[in-house]
Amino acid sequence: MNLEALIPSAIDGLMLGFVYGLAAMGLTLIFGVMRVINLSHGPVIAVGMFVVYTLFTGPLAVNPYIGILAALVFGLVFGVVEYFIAVDRVINEPELTTLLATFSVNLMVVGIATILFTTTPRAVDVSLGSLDAGNVTILGTHVVSVIVAIVVAVALYGFLFRTRLGKSIRAVANNRAAAELMGIDSRRMLALAFGIGTSLAMVSGALLATLFPFNPLSGASYEVKSFVIVVLGGLGNPTGALVGGIVIGLLEGVTTVIIPVSWVPVLEYVIFIGILLLRPQGILGARA
Amino acid sequence: MIRYRIPFLPLAVAIIALIAAVPILTSNPSLREELFLVFMLVTLASSINIIMGYTGYVSFGHIVFFGLGGYFSFYLMQVQGWHFLAALLVGAVPAALIALLIGMAILRLRGAYFALATVGINEATRVFFNNFEPTGGAVGMFFNFSVYLQYGGAKGAGELAYYVMTVVALATIATSYAIKRSKFGLALMTIREDQDVAMVVGIDPARAKVAAYVISAVFPAMAGATFFFKNGIIEPNVAFELLRSIESLVMVVLGGIGTVAGPIVGAAVYEWLRGFLITNPTLANFQLFLAGLLLLIVVLFITAGLVGYLRNRFPVLRSYIP
Repeated sequence: MNLEALIPSAIDGLMLGFVYGLAAMGLTLIFGVMRVINLSHGPVIAVGMFVVYTLFTGPLAVNPYIGILAALVFGLVFGVVEYFIAVDRVINEPELTTLLATFSVNLMVVGIATILFTTTPRAVDVSLGSLDAGNVTILGTHVVSVIVAIVVAVALYGFLFRTRLGKSIRAVANNRAAAELMGIDSRRMLALAFGIGTSLAMVSGALLATLFPFNPLSGASYEVKSFVIVVLGGLGNPTGALVGGIVIGLLEGVTTVIIPVSWVPVLEYVIFIGILLLRPQGILGARA
Repeated sequence: MIRYRIPFLPLAVAIIALIAAVPILTSNPSLREELFLVFMLVTLASSINIIMGYTGYVSFGHIVFFGLGGYFSFYLMQVQGWHFLAALLVGAVPAALIALLIGMAILRLRGAYFALATVGINEATRVFFNNFEPTGGAVGMFFNFSVYLQYGGAKGAGELAYYVMTVVALATIATSYAIKRSKFGLALMTIREDQDVAMVVGIDPARAKVAAYVISAVFPAMAGATFFFKNGIIEPNVAFELLRSIESLVMVVLGGIGTVAGPIVGAAVYEWLRGFLITNPTLANFQLFLAGLLLLIVVLFITAGLVGYLRNRFPVLRSYIP
């Protein structure tokens, strides 16, 4: 354990935490609105990575940060379509049914992505220089990721709390029957919420693509990480998810210096189970 | 009443035993391998059905008991030099104890929280064994070749494993049937429908649920012990593979959740289908996609599963197929 390594590692983890948090917000939004644990979350993150990759390596060589916008839009469309195909019909069934329905999408997406891109690791080569301060080096790509994550999170909040559509989604989340009595088309709101959740996951994937190498199976580890974060922040609570993401990122950054890297996930899962058992509402308390 | 005179269990056991005898009588090792896998999947699906189908708790990370049983008995065989059968039986004990502890802790959670907790437990166990040096860490453990000598070499060991897996599968089916027909089973199904009602009629939900959970953990532990004994090697990412866990849920749903026959049919059909897809040259690439598509169709349109569909379609079958 040395302090020299601790600070840069902690800063790195903290910044990464914003990106984790963004993905987890998508997962928790879907759960909060419709009580569905989206098991296609991981592959959707991977699709976000490949949207950026395909545009970047394509004939137009689209800048990865413009690719993120594409991932945002594509995620929205993808999520709405997925909702109507796989979720809508079983939305009122017990959770096993929706778990398996979204898992079937998981299989299909991974199947197609593996055929299209194989499992060879890919990378989006982007460099934005770095900031140096003493022994701390902050990569430009990390800074931009944090900024994007914050902008998207703020935009989400603006949408959910300031617009009529966003308020309708929250109304449906709160009480579907009452919302329908107020003239809200709950089915459309559920689809939109699923689209937004998927979109958040894709943007997070798009950001991760600029940071690390990836392949179609990379989504799985981020999916499990999102579960941990979501439980930490309280299922269905987007603010909690962002905070949880930052906590997990920071935790990873700090603990990798203190204990061997491979033990870090053990710690994460112990926290995960502990929170579920002792404080199932998450660290931030009551649901938003 | 006449309908209780139709003996499902003896009939099912006889049919399965007959099928199990085919590769031995015709000395067809590849068919034997195939059936070994099917019996293992039947064991996993049937036992998950006890906690999920009867009791209504979606145990997503149930494969953890398969891995634990495998690890405990493998350790006894490799490091302590135990005989396979002894290791199998003794190895299931700590797995059951762990199930008891886990069950008491997490069966208080309902719905999605329970499902997520089981995933967390499986993943925690997997990464733990990845780091735990006494069992070989991420590399795992493998047999010295001499271990198989007392069973007549690898061939003899393979045959022994096959017989044991058949017996374990039959025991699981018998247990599943017995539970479904017992007062205990009724208690579980009452909990599934409404836990508060269950308490009102004098059921202790906590005890019944934990009992169901432990029972549903013992058989996967034995299946794991047998599988890794035959394999000769055990590593964490194979022993605690979440995908296998989800696959057994799929088999239960495919066959018919909450029925005795459903998981058997589901496991057989699933494995047959996978074998078909993998060996078909044009479809092999699309295997994962087609598996997903099929699952979606079953989930959306045949919610009761194959057996459930038949039972609903032809009510007379209800007295024949539990």
